[in-house]
Amino acid sequence: MKQSQTGISIQPLPGAAAVRYACVSATDLRKICEETGAAKGTLQSIWACDERDRDGGFRLWVALADSYGLLLLELPMTAENPEYPDVSDLFPAAVRLQRANRDLFGVRVNGGDYRPWLRHAAWPEDVFPLRRDHPADTVYPEEADRYPFVRVTGEGVHEIAVGPVHAGTIEPGHFRFSVVGEKVLRLEERLGYVHKGIEKRFESFAIFEGQRLAARVSGDTAVAFSWAYCMALEGLCGTLPNQRALWLRALLLERERLANHLGDLGALGNDAGFAMGLVQFSRLKEDLLRTNARIFGARYPMDAVLPGGVAVDLSNSGRRELLNALTPLENEIAVLQGIYADHSGLQDRFVGTGRITSALAVQLGLQGLAGRASGQAGDLRCDHPCAPYDQLGVRRVILTAGDVAARVAVRFAEAQESMRLCRLILEGLPSGELLVPLQEPAINRPGIGWVEGWRGPVMVFLQATSDGRIRRCHPHDPSWQNWPVLEHAIIGNIVPDFPLINKSFNLSYSGVDL
Amino acid sequence: MGTVTLTAVLAQGTATVMAVLAAPLLLGWLNQCRAWLQNRSGPGLLQPYRQIRKLFHKDAVIASNASPLFRLVPYVELASMALAAAIIPTLWTRLPFAIAADSIALVGLFAMSRLFLALAAMDIGTAFGSLGARREMLVGFLAEPALLMVFFTTSLIAHSTSLPTIADGFAHQPFVLYPSLAFACVAFLMVLLAENARIPVDNPTTHLELTMIHEATVLEYSARHLALIEWSAALKLFNYVCIGLALFLPWGLAERPTDPTGLLLAVPALLLKLAVTGSGLALIETLNAKMRIFRAPEFLATAFLLAMLGLLVRLLLGS
Repeated sequence: MKQSQTGISIQPLPGAAAVRYACVSATDLRKICEETGAAKGTLQSIWACDERDRDGGFRLWVALADSYGLLLLELPMTAENPEYPDVSDLFPAAVRLQRANRDLFGVRVNGGDYRPWLRHAAWPEDVFPLRRDHPADTVYPEEADRYPFVRVTGEGVHEIAVGPVHAGTIEPGHFRFSVVGEKVLRLEERLGYVHKGIEKRFESFAIFEGQRLAARVSGDTAVAFSWAYCMALEGLCGTLPNQRALWLRALLLERERLANHLGDLGALGNDAGFAMGLVQFSRLKEDLLRTNARIFGARYPMDAVLPGGVAVDLSNSGRRELLNALTPLENEIAVLQGIYADHSGLQDRFVGTGRITSALAVQLGLQGLAGRASGQAGDLRCDHPCAPYDQLGVRRVILTAGDVAARVAVRFAEAQESMRLCRLILEGLPSGELLVPLQEPAINRPGIGWVEGWRGPVMVFLQATSDGRIRRCHPHDPSWQNWPVLEHAIIGNIVPDFPLINKSFNLSYSGVDL
Repeated sequence: MGTVTLTAVLAQGTATVMAVLAAPLLLGWLNQCRAWLQNRSGPGLLQPYRQIRKLFHKDAVIASNASPLFRLVPYVELASMALAAAIIPTLWTRLPFAIAADSIALVGLFAMSRLFLALAAMDIGTAFGSLGARREMLVGFLAEPALLMVFFTTSLIAHSTSLPTIADGFAHQPFVLYPSLAFACVAFLMVLLAENARIPVDNPTTHLELTMIHEATVLEYSARHLALIEWSAALKLFNYVCIGLALFLPWGLAERPTDPTGLLLAVPALLLKLAVTGSGLALIETLNAKMRIFRAPEFLATAFLLAMLGLLVRLLLGS
């Protein structure tokens, strides 16, 4: 392996995800990041752990995705000076992760952007809520929040401040546009208005119940997060679920992808003033969700994936019902795709809007669905397929235009592919037990779950305590990578096109602010 | 014009009050048709009335830095639209008010109401108000010349700029096909869509602040002020449709208020024409997407060009 020339021992981690682990020094960390960046690897996540109760220091964890899978790096830091090397010059997505870790743990890089990211004056600057000695129920008095936005100056430049509260029922986020006339010169996002303390809350959960909270990290990605959590836990326990359970998980995940793509396709039509698209796609999505409710007991199956298997089964009649519903759905989506493609007004809004070139996508580390519309081939279901995707043969969808039209086209193609996968799963569903009993999880070992959710790769990092609780759980949503790219997508576009561009990414506010 | 009699004054009053009261019904019908065309059941014809009633029952919230102009504008809006309704022939053509203002004054009246709306939008000083005012004026200053050209074309045919006289002339003369009117009609339809913030120029149902044109100007209004604004917007749509009907489909209009039999035809004729036009507008809105805002000038330039062609056809070919 390439990194072995640095003399670091890299060992594979047990579990369904393709993960290698190494404990590194600060210089090695930087060196490996440089090598991974040069080899077209990407940053998956950066997070910290408070280990002062065990050995008096902090840990920084960096997960890099390369052609072998996930490379997990652990960097010990002292309690007195928890500093680590800045990697944001290699991976721009690291900026916000590094700022968030400073807000939550007080671990910091030398230099770089020092503004708070998740801390909205809801807690004082010298308080770090994710440290183990910080009581979870402390309430601090509200302070004035003076966040220094970057100002653009010049003749005729003015600012439009939007949000955090919007006119529609959507999640809160603040967008600061610097514009000349209708043209956008710069957009600066400010997120972090939905801080719920999920990562702290995990620490009070029994490890075999944490999937319930993981499923609620970002409601539209419930199956992917709960699967990733269970994958991490099963890795720690050294147990793999039965094939039937894995196939059912894949069925739920593909239905989640399908439901979100249908919702987005309708919303994209609506944001271009084409209400007919919204109505038709909403109907299809609603049918899908109601079928979920009838067959799996919940519209969004949040508690369907359990450690060791699944909580839901599929009877023969249910299987037939799902199979029979696929053909009409495929046909209706194909008809609507034709309408979208032939509608000159819609195409005029979609084509060329919010373009992210392949070169920019590489540079910024664009992931998932939006990445695949900008020539970034990454799809965990194809690159590092876990069961049952290794048996299903997922066809990768990849486009290079990088505009709203391309993201719409990727959604249409992935929706069709998801339906094909659903058919394969329903036709080939193996028999077997739904749940297998799990061993006790390994203590103080890292467990990783890595699943391709509908937005992109979802990762969960998990550590167990000796008394059956969660020591640390860090769920990572691909929106971390893609939100900063949105700031670039709007540059040079006009203000009224922002909602459309934003919707074409449809990133999670909750998933990046736990 | 005949002498002003008590009957005429009564008829004038009836026509104006009827327009003000019935205007939300047209909007309700349009929205209902849109819902049907989108396979939805729809909120019902009376939804705009329910909305207005709901808003009248709420407490108004006004920004602390609002000037008296901000409070005044909703009343100015409704009053100017009611005045316009008094000039536009809906049931009768020869009403006492008709001589007060001609079609050119009507364009001025619409411009004035837009000016006040833009001033009110900028009054609070929010980014969205100014944004909306800027966009509203962009659409307005491009739509006005096209509307004037439409009126010039019809005036050349009828030899009068007075709307009732034009309508009278078209309604009561032997049926003649004017190619120039076809151009003017299409141009007027485009102006109507732009001026009333309908798709494809604006989206009246959007919640996306950044894309709004008309809605952005009234974001700061609430309660009774918003009710008046919404009511006047409904009345504006009603007025525009009635102008279109008077110019291009004037048949069925009663001539004098003294003739009661004329009304027997005029009322059902108006209802039928409004229903057909409303569903036609709904169809246009359903089939189209909202265009990018910088396409609006092209759209309105096309309207102007068509109206101009109509005028030239009339002037040069005499048809």
